[in-house]
Amino acid sequence: MLFTSYEFLGFLAALFLLYYVLPKRCQWILLLAGSYGFYFAARPAFLLYILATTVTTWFAACRIGDNLTRQRAYLKEHTAELDREAKKAYKKGEEGIRRRWMAVCLLVNLGILAVVKYTNFAISNVNGLLSLFGGEELPLANLILPLGISFYTFQAVGYLIDVYRGTVPAERNLPRFALFISFFPQLIQGPISRYGDLSRTLYKPHDFDGRQVCFGLQRMLWGYFKKLVVADRVLAAVVTIVGEPDVYQGAYILAGMVFYTLQLYADFTGGIDMTIGIAQVLGITVQENFIRPYFSKSLKEYWRRWHVSMSSWFRDYLFYPVSTSKVMQKVTRLAKARLGEKAGRRLPVYLSMFVVWFATGVWHGASWNFIVWGLANWVVLMVSEELEPLYAKFHQRYAVRGKRWYRLFQVGRLFLLVCILNLFDCYPSLSLTFGAFASIFTAGNWQVLWDGSLLALGLSALDYGILAAGVALMLLVSLSQRSGSVREKIAKRPYALRFALWYGLFLIVLLMGIYGVGYDASQFIYNQF
Amino acid sequence: MRRAMKIILSALIVLGSLFLLQRLLMPKYVDGVIEGAFIAEYYRDVKDHDVIFVGDCEVYENFSPAVLWQEYGINSYIRGSAEQYIWQSYYLLEDTLRYETPKAVVFNIQSLQFSESQREAYNRMTLEGMEWSPVKVKAILASMKPEERFLDYVFPILRYHSRWSELTASDAAYMFKTKPVSFNGYYMRVDVRAAESVPEGKPLADYSFGDNAWKYLDMMVELCEEKGIALILIKAPSLYPYWYPQWEEQVEAYAAEKNLPYINFLDIQEETGIDYTTDTYDGGLHMNLSGAEKLSRYMGRYLLDEAGIPNRSGEAELAGRWEKKLAAYEAEKRAQYEYYGMTEED
Repeated sequence: MLFTSYEFLGFLAALFLLYYVLPKRCQWILLLAGSYGFYFAARPAFLLYILATTVTTWFAACRIGDNLTRQRAYLKEHTAELDREAKKAYKKGEEGIRRRWMAVCLLVNLGILAVVKYTNFAISNVNGLLSLFGGEELPLANLILPLGISFYTFQAVGYLIDVYRGTVPAERNLPRFALFISFFPQLIQGPISRYGDLSRTLYKPHDFDGRQVCFGLQRMLWGYFKKLVVADRVLAAVVTIVGEPDVYQGAYILAGMVFYTLQLYADFTGGIDMTIGIAQVLGITVQENFIRPYFSKSLKEYWRRWHVSMSSWFRDYLFYPVSTSKVMQKVTRLAKARLGEKAGRRLPVYLSMFVVWFATGVWHGASWNFIVWGLANWVVLMVSEELEPLYAKFHQRYAVRGKRWYRLFQVGRLFLLVCILNLFDCYPSLSLTFGAFASIFTAGNWQVLWDGSLLALGLSALDYGILAAGVALMLLVSLSQRSGSVREKIAKRPYALRFALWYGLFLIVLLMGIYGVGYDASQFIYNQF
Repeated sequence: MRRAMKIILSALIVLGSLFLLQRLLMPKYVDGVIEGAFIAEYYRDVKDHDVIFVGDCEVYENFSPAVLWQEYGINSYIRGSAEQYIWQSYYLLEDTLRYETPKAVVFNIQSLQFSESQREAYNRMTLEGMEWSPVKVKAILASMKPEERFLDYVFPILRYHSRWSELTASDAAYMFKTKPVSFNGYYMRVDVRAAESVPEGKPLADYSFGDNAWKYLDMMVELCEEKGIALILIKAPSLYPYWYPQWEEQVEAYAAEKNLPYINFLDIQEETGIDYTTDTYDGGLHMNLSGAEKLSRYMGRYLLDEAGIPNRSGEAELAGRWEKKLAAYEAEKRAQYEYYGMTEED
């Protein structure tokens, strides 16, 4: 059930109605039933995967929680008898037990993810090697990637680590925990919620709050606008350009990069708008996943604003553990001794970043393109960090930092950089990606940008006009968001104006949205992860 | 109170504007492709027909109810549309029986070749014109292709939402009213394009008609039996799509088994007088006015003599209604002759 399908809208309408009609204590049970129904509708067999992750994580977290409780009680009871060393030894022993539970659970769940998502990638690579030596190719495995597995697995892993760290208590109620993992609005494309955040509103009884419901519906509508009017419209040009790499080269690639970046932004942020809006109608707060990422002035800032839940997940659950690990501490000591204090401090950070970006690439997809995309991000971030003193000198000498044109230059530079990095998403192989990128400088067909050739990409002049207007509207909303919620601002306006604005947006989605017979209704890009 | 008023007013604006938009965006079928308008026109006619034709273009372009009335006093109507599938013909017949019970139903068996819908556009042209009833629901469910959604039929704005970029003056002019484009379901064309080279049918892997097609033919037979209606099977004399001998055998066997009359007009060219150099407007695919009038004369004689359909030319009220229709029929003839630079003798 795609968010843009009639079936989903029907499902939502029924769920919203029941949610506020049923006794409040049943609300979370309804959500659990709805979430499993939603997942069942995608493919009944998928339920086995999500159930496996849910039960194993719940069980391991309970054991870890029990152990923590026992440890606290024991230390409290024996505080007088135990000296510091004895306490330390006891704690170490208990932590070992907890760590084993965590390790087994991580192995099971990341193992499932690895098998279903990366088996064929591994086989392809082995086949590549075998072909070099004339060996017989291995057949690919017939595996179907369960919907949203990367998202719910990471959410489960994050919860388990939080319980291990003692930052959240273990959820003892299995059905309640099952809802945390399977909550349908965020199941297929995130955000990757933290238990501490989501559980605050997920299980609470909710009264019908007209204002919140309206705000939720408005947020959903805005998401539908981005997805159906902008993302799915520009998709036609992206598919045309990427589909024929021999034909579309040079300036077409430049246009395609921009189109794809626009599509990805409108598709992913639109989907998240729908997710947050649906949750808001239900009285549940789901964290924001985007903070106007294209207003960023550097790649580092961009990754603090784009797909925030994923970036912070990698920061908290991978970067910190790796950078503070014993191995890395040894590396730091060694580097400081050999390379000096400054370099010795930076080297472990860069190595940890390497691990994070490699993992980020792998998470995004089972292909070398994604891995290289992740590492390219790492290189740019590392180089930027190394060049920081140079930038500082430049800014000291030329007082451009506060100037609007310079900020625009930085924003434009970042946009172009992200467009280039996004090229790795578009093509199925690295050779095609690099070939396409190189052709921008070698094809010399810049005239296609203005001689009407772009009108042969599946978009009419009218489509380009709608896209331009859509981008302008998204920009306007983003600009307005800097000084607070746009919906709050609109809510303060007279009723007639509010009505005209929201109904106008509804009509735009209804009339200009790409949907229905004759259109190839596209999935959300992030459903595939 | 004020809040309630606001909500009511807003709801009215939303519903009203959506209704208007839907009317505006739906195809009107008054210019160019007019076939999509035929099904709806039936509901505006007085429903006391003695003969109902059902089928695809091989009936609505090949038989003229005007000639059947003018020369034989037979009051008939054609419930046909482009590539009308057999299940659509069945449900259109069932729909017709909600209003009247004719004495005879003439069904063109060309559509037996299809066991499932081929194109959404044809589904639309047939189904949208039907008035809402349980029969229409069944017709839609039987016709939908996998990519179609029932809701799109309930709210056609969802299907035609993007037509705003191709609206013409006709869309505004015919939002609420329409003009008749057929003559009791007959689509008139006076121009001539002789059949020169008729392509042979390509060999098929399997010549058997599909189970679904047979199922609806069985249902049609049962329905007619139940209502005491004479069912007449025909194959119009269109030269292509090619009518395979293997198909003919199956239909003949079926007609014999069910004791149904079956007329294959391809085999009685001499009796009908069809001349493929003058009686077709598209090289043998469909009849023009001349061909349709010849077929109608044959059919009129058959209906009177063999099927016992009454000559009602003496009924003053009916004759009065037909007088107006015939005037429009003749006016259209003249207009088309003028348009194509022809005379009736051509």
